[in-house]
This record gives sequence, structure tokens and C-alpha cells, in this order.
Amino acid sequence: MTKSLSSLNSPLSSTKRQLKILNSGSFADGDLETFQQKLEKSNQFPLSPTDLEIFQINVGYMCNQTCSHCHVDAGPDRKEIMSKENLQLCLDIIKKHNLKTVDLTGGAPEMNPHFFWFVEELGKLNIEIIVRSNLTIIEANKKYHILPEFFKQNKVRVISSLPFYTSSRTDKQRGKGVFDKSISALQKLNAVGYGLPSSELTLDLVYNPVGPFLPDDQAALEAEYKKKLKQNFDIDFNSLFTITNLPISRFLDYLIASENYEDYMYKLVDAFNPSAVNGVMCKNTLSVDWQGNIYDCDFNQMLQLGVESKTSNHISNFYITELLSRNIVVNQHCFGCTAGAGSSCQGTTI
Amino acid sequence: MDKTYYDPADLRKFGKITDWQEEVGNKFFDWYGEVFKDGHLTAKEKSLIALAVSHAVQCPYCIDAYTEESIKKGYPEGAMMEAVHVAAAIRGGASLVHGVQMMNKAKKLNV
Repeated sequence: MTKSLSSLNSPLSSTKRQLKILNSGSFADGDLETFQQKLEKSNQFPLSPTDLEIFQINVGYMCNQTCSHCHVDAGPDRKEIMSKENLQLCLDIIKKHNLKTVDLTGGAPEMNPHFFWFVEELGKLNIEIIVRSNLTIIEANKKYHILPEFFKQNKVRVISSLPFYTSSRTDKQRGKGVFDKSISALQKLNAVGYGLPSSELTLDLVYNPVGPFLPDDQAALEAEYKKKLKQNFDIDFNSLFTITNLPISRFLDYLIASENYEDYMYKLVDAFNPSAVNGVMCKNTLSVDWQGNIYDCDFNQMLQLGVESKTSNHISNFYITELLSRNIVVNQHCFGCTAGAGSSCQGTTI
Repeated sequence: MDKTYYDPADLRKFGKITDWQEEVGNKFFDWYGEVFKDGHLTAKEKSLIALAVSHAVQCPYCIDAYTEESIKKGYPEGAMMEAVHVAAAIRGGASLVHGVQMMNKAKKLNV
């Protein structure tokens, strides 16, 4: 089984090392403008939040898969899991501030031992609950077979990665056998009503490019996914979100090893789209890590770039007014969210 | 002097051709953009045609660009190779069909 960069003690498991790479080469030489310079040119610096609409909680880095592009460096060998105490603190924040959307991610969020309790608690509130499920977890172990029914009972919106509608490209990115298991899991979600045209149970899919290029047109890909998945596997789903791979963690490792790093950075910078900036997720989202630290987004979390607030940077000292007046921390990886039609956890941003 | 005539990094500088002739260069890129939009043929179909033509004209930059574009648009490797065979077949056929000219000439020379 593939191991995480962390357990391999790879130099790239150091976030300082990643940031050093991201700020050297063509950016240091001045051949490429930095993200801050691009924002300044379009009068969008500093970037600041508009509101807090999505509270994204990364409940742990443990996962049953070790995907080649994973920005979390998640895997079975990762032991970082959010405690029940921290989940309770998150719950208190959600209630106190009347937050409307909670987005659970990981790793495989279902592998957190308190996941079922936490979702049931969230289910008592009148809010949107998103679970970013990798699908194969439903097939991984008997105790997870109840997930489709459990999601349905708690009206969870399920968002799942399926890099392509064929096995060869999906398995290349996510591991051998992942496609077949994902198809089986999708059929089980459909069987309880997810993704069906007449149903209120939402099932969205996520497309990640399988290589060092930007996603193709989201609407065109969605139409093709719908056609192929229906035709070949009788699967229905609601929307397809295209997400650009950001040059961090395991994808950065791949870019460097395959000698695609420089070319990819040029692609992202050349495709910088000022009108994609308004819709980036850090403007309406906060991200929390397993230890309760607060970040502008899940990518900043993985680079350990905490929010620019000394007094409100942990869920134990959560001051919403201060957080909403912060400046968002940016670096060169942010080009991934502003290239072409933009990229966020909800797909394109324009 | 450069060691090779073709540098893959030059592909991303393609847009710079407008530096020395802006008006005509911009017209080219506007037209190029229009050509690849959905029409009677989809943008996806056009990317595969472009891949085949890239091989016919043996342009390494075009091959890089439209290999990526074809993958991006979801073509499997087998389809991409079939497109290359189409280009190769036309090129091969273009040579062979001149065999008729050779035969005509030979007959005229009473060989």
C-alpha cells in the first residue's frame, strides 16, 4: 500500500519546505508575478472575507485511501483525529453563531470515531450538513455499510470524488479497485434516494484532473459524466464540481518527480482570472483542523498557514467579528483557485 | 547557440508572437479561439482532429498541446492513438496514391 509523505519522512511532508519551493524559482527570479502582485494589479489586495457561510471541519487525516493527488497527505497511516471535546466546541460555535452550512472533510471523515454522534447532533439543527465522502469507505468495512441510510436520516448532502467515469483514470489517481467500489457505493446511495431527479437528497461528484492540467469546462464534463454513468452503470447524481489540483503536498511531490512543476505553475499563473477571485471559498468559509486551529481554507490548513488573527485563531477563542475583519493569508498555491473559471470546494467560482 | 531547435518551454511563449506584429497576431488568436468553440462539431471533437493534424504536420508544440487537450476532454488513450493512425494513413496514402502517377509515367515511357 502507498504510504503518506508524512510516514515516509519525505522532505515534502514539511510545510516549510513546500512553501520554500512555492516561493523560489520563477517567482523569486521575477519571471512570474506572485499571487499578491496579481491581486494588487487588479485592486483586490488584501483579500478579505465577505461573510461566514461555510464552517468546514477537517475531522482527521486518517483515510482508507492514499490518492496520488491528495492535498491532505491523508492515508491509513495518519493518526490525527479530532477529539470529541473539539467536536463539541465546533458544535457550540455552530449553534451560537447560527451558522448555516457545516462541511465535514478529512481524510475519510467517517473514520473519526465520533463521526456518527457528531452528524446526529448536527442533524438536530436546521442546517445544511455536507459530508465529503470518498465513497469506498461505504464498502470498506461492515460498520460503514449503514452510511447511505445514515446520511439519508440526517439529510446529509454527500459530495464525493470521482476523478473520471472510467476505471483506468480513476484507479490511477485513487488506487487499484477504487473505481469499482465507488460505482457500487454510488449505486447504494442511489438506492436510498440520493441523486435521483425526484429526490431532495443531494449527491454531487467532484472531478480532479488526473494530471498537470486545468479542468475542462464544468458544464460539458457534467453532461458527459451524466450520460456515461447513466448509460454504463444506471447511476444518477446532481452536480459535478471541477476542482483544480493545488501544487501542495502529494500533488506537489508528483509535479516535481515528473518534472512538470514549473510548467504547471506557468499554466496556473497565465490562467489567472481576476473575476474568479470574488468567488473563492476563503471569502465565505473558515476551516478548522483536528486540533481546533482555524484557517482561511483547507489548503492553508495543510500548509499550516493559520488565520491572521492572534486572538481568534482557535475554536476555544472564536470571535466572529474579529475573524470577519481579518485579511486572508495568500501564497502561490492560491493561483490554483483563480485559474480559468476558478476552483473551490463547490466547483468553479464564476 | 541553442542545442535544439525545439524547446518545450517555448510553447507557453506562443502568445508573444504579437510582440512584433500585434494587429495581425491578435487577429490570429481571435480566429483561433473561435475555431475551437462548439459549433457543428463539439470542442471535444475538434481537439481530437487537432491532435491528428498535429501529427500530420509534425508540430511538436501542437502534439504536446493537443495531447493534453484530448486527455482533458476525456478521450481514452486508444482513441488518441486511432486519431494518430488516421493522420498516418492519410500521409501514407498520400504517398502511395502518387504510385499511380509513377505507373502512368512508366507506361508512357513504355517500360
